[in-house]
Amino acid sequence: MKKHIKGFGLGAFFAFAMGTSALATECIAPANPGGGWDFTCRQIGKILFDIKQVDAPVQVTNMSGGGGGLAYAHVVNERGSDPDLIVAASSATTTRLAQNAFAGMTADQVRFVGAIGADPGVIVVAKDSPFQSLNDMVEAIKADPGSVAFAGGSAAGGFDHLKVLQVLKAAGFDDIRSVKYIGVDGGADAVTQTVGGFTQGMTGDMSEIVGFLKSGEVRALAVLTEDRVPGFEDIPTAREQGLDVVAVNWRGLYVPKDITDDQFKAWAEKLQAVADSAEWKEAMAANGLAPFTKVGDDFQNWVNGVVAQTVELSKEIGVLQ
Amino acid sequence: MDLLSNLALGFSIALSPFTLMLAVIGCFLGTIIGALPGLGPSNGVAILIPITFSLGFDATSALVLMTSVYYGAMYGGRISSILLNIPGDEPALMTTLDGYPMAKQGKAGDALVISGVASFVGAFLATIALMLLAPYIARLAYKFGPAEYFALYLLAFSTLGGMASNNQAKAAMASLIGLGLAMIGQGQSGTPRFVHGNLHLMDGIDFLVAIVGLFAVSEVFVFLESHGKESSIGVKLEKVTVPVKELAATFWTMIRGSIIGFVAGVLPGAGASLGSFMAYMAEKSYIGEKGNFGKGDPRGVAAPEAGNNAAAGGALVPMLTLGVPGSGTTAVLLALLMTLNITPGPTLFTDRPEVVWGLIATLLIANFVLLAMNVPMVKIFVRILMVPPAILLPGVTMISFVGIYSLSGSSFDLLLMILFGIMGWLFRKMDIPTVPIILGILLGGSMEDNLRRAMTLSGGDPLYLFSSPIAVVLWVMAILGFVAPIFLRRYLRKPPAVTD
Repeated sequence: MKKHIKGFGLGAFFAFAMGTSALATECIAPANPGGGWDFTCRQIGKILFDIKQVDAPVQVTNMSGGGGGLAYAHVVNERGSDPDLIVAASSATTTRLAQNAFAGMTADQVRFVGAIGADPGVIVVAKDSPFQSLNDMVEAIKADPGSVAFAGGSAAGGFDHLKVLQVLKAAGFDDIRSVKYIGVDGGADAVTQTVGGFTQGMTGDMSEIVGFLKSGEVRALAVLTEDRVPGFEDIPTAREQGLDVVAVNWRGLYVPKDITDDQFKAWAEKLQAVADSAEWKEAMAANGLAPFTKVGDDFQNWVNGVVAQTVELSKEIGVLQ
Repeated sequence: MDLLSNLALGFSIALSPFTLMLAVIGCFLGTIIGALPGLGPSNGVAILIPITFSLGFDATSALVLMTSVYYGAMYGGRISSILLNIPGDEPALMTTLDGYPMAKQGKAGDALVISGVASFVGAFLATIALMLLAPYIARLAYKFGPAEYFALYLLAFSTLGGMASNNQAKAAMASLIGLGLAMIGQGQSGTPRFVHGNLHLMDGIDFLVAIVGLFAVSEVFVFLESHGKESSIGVKLEKVTVPVKELAATFWTMIRGSIIGFVAGVLPGAGASLGSFMAYMAEKSYIGEKGNFGKGDPRGVAAPEAGNNAAAGGALVPMLTLGVPGSGTTAVLLALLMTLNITPGPTLFTDRPEVVWGLIATLLIANFVLLAMNVPMVKIFVRILMVPPAILLPGVTMISFVGIYSLSGSSFDLLLMILFGIMGWLFRKMDIPTVPIILGILLGGSMEDNLRRAMTLSGGDPLYLFSSPIAVVLWVMAILGFVAPIFLRRYLRKPPAVTD
């Protein structure tokens, strides 16, 4: 019994430690500690305080569930006008919103205040693959859509799946429902399946493939950014190969919808300050993120465009009715 | 010798007083986290991550603390399985089957010592294998595609029928209920199923909620129903000695369990629960009808405990060498590594030898610490039994609620847990085993995902499922595992029938 009482105390301590709230800025990471959203909150939160954009240390709250949907519902329903609240978001947030995966909630129920870094999208093959360029692969799919299968870390219809489809659409291939895609448990697993020869291509983020690139087990056919990524200058962009697709997994924040325009602008400026700081540049380099800064109305407009495009693609592949 | 110089590097890191202290703290916390129903290794590790951030640990220290907690939890899970018939975490599920009957027969101490030693053997062998073979066996993951994984899960389910020996139909029904529950949520298809617009159900049902509900909460209902007179909790307590004879008799069981568990751990799609399950079922069919499985056979605690601890070590192989997590806990550890700026993958062993070898040396040390905590100190845990159920059960209930609430911080999971409690109580009345339900929830999702992936890759051709030698071998084993017990039982029952 003694142990159990001790253990209970321990559990209560953790529950308490996680549940405390302060009057200072709160950053909600809609996932468990350790993931990408958690990283966003902890890094941005730390730098905001370090460069004196906020007066008190930022409180990070982990609120996992529903792939980010629970936190979204919480912000929309209960914190709609809280000016001291920021929430970590990424491409997954907008993809899920566009695909109606948050139980009917829509992207216009919050304001997307900015992204200050991005994990570039990549298309990868095993080292012994016959494909030497992105166009080789596209031609093979055009000739026989069943001959090339892709693995990615997101579920069917998720962001990794959509990247491939965007590339194929840009190449003028419209029968995108015939493209084979399997969603596995994360990018590294997708690489494993591709190296093992079960799939012919892997679609994911740059950070997921760095180790395999170094060991020479895979080759990247294209990176889906505007320019080549610093540190990976030998990987051509899809644009260079005539396929105009930019798909990056951005890391950023949204804020409640009913804050004032001035408050929204203030957050945009603070985020810009974080993006300009040396500390953030260091954190980006260490985590395989490429520069990608869009804040304020500029970012909101860009998000609106991405959501619209995702809706269109999702309808075409039948993920969305 | 490369290996020796690497090990020397590892021990030079692990043997610093600070690292040693972290390992001891981690082992202790882990054992408690493992033993508490509702808190398993994966959420235990996840809960502790923010603490490593706020204390500003470097990569090696954070990793040492977390893996000690991980190994500790794998040891600790068995304690409540044996003493309370409530699995402390999901890999300890199989240990309830023989561990609790042993405790009822007054052999709780024996069961704890045997399972403690089995945990040590499993974890130790797995760490050695990790050290010697990691870069080579990681390649095993390249051999397993959707078809192979599907066959592996099929093998696991095919042996389920033989588990609840009293009534196979009830066991089959229970596993089907589990498989049905596994379908809830937004799985591989990306389409929400049986969610009814409820965001809490989007990620599916957490198996910990089901375990605590079916085992712990239902126990409380039984107790309440009998106005506090009846409870299966409350076992005879005799003097705790080291059962030398039984330890010797289960030695090969532990070795066999370790090997099976390790292989299951190395395969990213399998994991510790499958490892302990396969180890138990394999041992049961290997011993055959001569054994006393399900009624307190010491081999029934040795096999799964060796299996799940070996699987924990095995799961580190694909995590470190490929960056592919082989279990829920390694997924959390992987996320921790990424935040610490370490990208696990094929180059980790050459890029960051201090991290890898420091970790391996710590694991070796942690194993001895855990053996010391879990065998000589076992009496402390046995003393829990002297508390009458009227005091013990409310305590267990309270811990269950706190543990489950800490999973997601949502009261929805608490209601779900109570619902599972009612279900468990009803099923006990009908004598339907609950272990297959949990296994269905644990393994059903991955089994379905892999089938769907296989069908996508092949364009719907079922023959794809038999397209590799590995898959065919697994299918043959699955079919034999399903059919063999039926014939074997007839064959073995004949002789006594003649002599009668």
